[in-house]
Amino acid sequence: MLQKLYDWVDERLDITPIWRDIADHEVPEHVNPAHHFSAFVYCFGGLTFFVTVIQVLSGMFLTMYYVPDIENAWHSVQYLQSQVAHGQIVRGMHHWGASVVIVMIFLHTLRVFFQGAYKKPRELNWIVGVLLFFVMFGLGFTGYLLPWDNKAFFATQVGLEIAESVPVIGTDIKTLLAGDPDIVGAQTLTRFFAIHVFFLPAALFGLMALHFIMIRRQGISGPL
Amino acid sequence: MHRGKGMKFVGDSRVQDKEQRNTIPKDYSEYPGRTEAFWPNYLLKEWLVGAVFLIGFLCYVAATPVSLEQQADPNNAAYIPLPDWYFLFLYELLKFEFAAAEYIIIGTVGIPGLAFGALLLAPFLDTKPGRRPSQRPIATGMMLIGVLATIWLTYESVVAVDWDTREEYSVDNMVEHEVDETHPGYEVYSQNCMSCHGGSLEGEPGLGPDLLDLPHTADTIAEISVEGIGDMPAGMFEGTDEELEHLANFIVENTDTDDGEGEDEDTEE
Repeated sequence: MLQKLYDWVDERLDITPIWRDIADHEVPEHVNPAHHFSAFVYCFGGLTFFVTVIQVLSGMFLTMYYVPDIENAWHSVQYLQSQVAHGQIVRGMHHWGASVVIVMIFLHTLRVFFQGAYKKPRELNWIVGVLLFFVMFGLGFTGYLLPWDNKAFFATQVGLEIAESVPVIGTDIKTLLAGDPDIVGAQTLTRFFAIHVFFLPAALFGLMALHFIMIRRQGISGPL
Repeated sequence: MHRGKGMKFVGDSRVQDKEQRNTIPKDYSEYPGRTEAFWPNYLLKEWLVGAVFLIGFLCYVAATPVSLEQQADPNNAAYIPLPDWYFLFLYELLKFEFAAAEYIIIGTVGIPGLAFGALLLAPFLDTKPGRRPSQRPIATGMMLIGVLATIWLTYESVVAVDWDTREEYSVDNMVEHEVDETHPGYEVYSQNCMSCHGGSLEGEPGLGPDLLDLPHTADTIAEISVEGIGDMPAGMFEGTDEELEHLANFIVENTDTDDGEGEDEDTEE
């Protein structure tokens, strides 16, 4: 039945190459922890993706309650974690997941670096990977403000001062992020929310797609 | 793309006819050894590892509730900012003399820009074909220095933070107390005392204690607000005698946490 359905779709869309790339390929011995335990270092990239999925799902549920407005933001988070069923767990997953994703992406970067896997022909994939790292940092920075508690507010103020110290364009960067060259307030919160929920995830998904397409094109780098 | 005469397509689409498709799978013959099919053999194992990871993660999340601090108060001058832990290395770097004040550009743009720029362009800085770490000592050395510096900076920053004091910022430790904001003394309070004792007598961590359940009479409070007590300096109150009287009455009338109407929330935990 399933095979028939597959054949029916395949005849019309020729999905076999796509299917092969996603699923029907071989896993070489040197990356398989079942054969060499040390190959667990190849798990970090996959775990980064896994935690990113957790982040996306938990974040989607958080926006069901979160209100990006300085009057209500803090109260909505307080309500979410004290009144909503499992709200504490969902917020916890998103909060701790942010840390785990940074740890995993860091370990993945170190694995790729020390194995020299970024060398020809994989230079472009390395660059996309480092950009993904930056996007993750950006997501961490913008997400930190959203609960609108003291910790969030003052850390963001410091972060914006750091952005401001950039020569020539510093004040423009700060204004772009905060909505005002001096005030950290209502505009800042809505902008950080927009950046955290729309702009950076869009960049993240685009870069992730490139990352995965390039991996499937080139395959995993060979053993050292 | 394969093109030429005699190609057949599905209908008028650009999808090739099934008979003509190239069905030879890509193989990993260049890697000698025991390869395994990703689907379904390997994916099943990966799924098990993922499930174990997820369970561990969820146990941690359930055991470690996320703390929420008090609502952002831009006027709180005593608050010591603290970023999330993965930015602490940058935070610590900016404490160095050569990376602060007039050299701030070195700390915010120079060093991080150089480090992350080198990371981004690593494939073009390290172009020799050898992949083993021992075959490229400069790249390996730079990365080791960078990683160790990041870890060390983060560590230094973490030990410098007074985590016990930061606990007090948590909303769980916040004293819930409501004051009568229509009282004539509230206006006086907000001008003279609020910056250190909080908007509703709850105190401000690091600045002033709460003014809840004070044992003093109105006269004593009036005296303290003029002359100071303990760490509180004299002369904090500025105003007329009538205002002082309102202030003292306001504090006395709003200091009790027990017999206020409908303030049962105070008793939780």
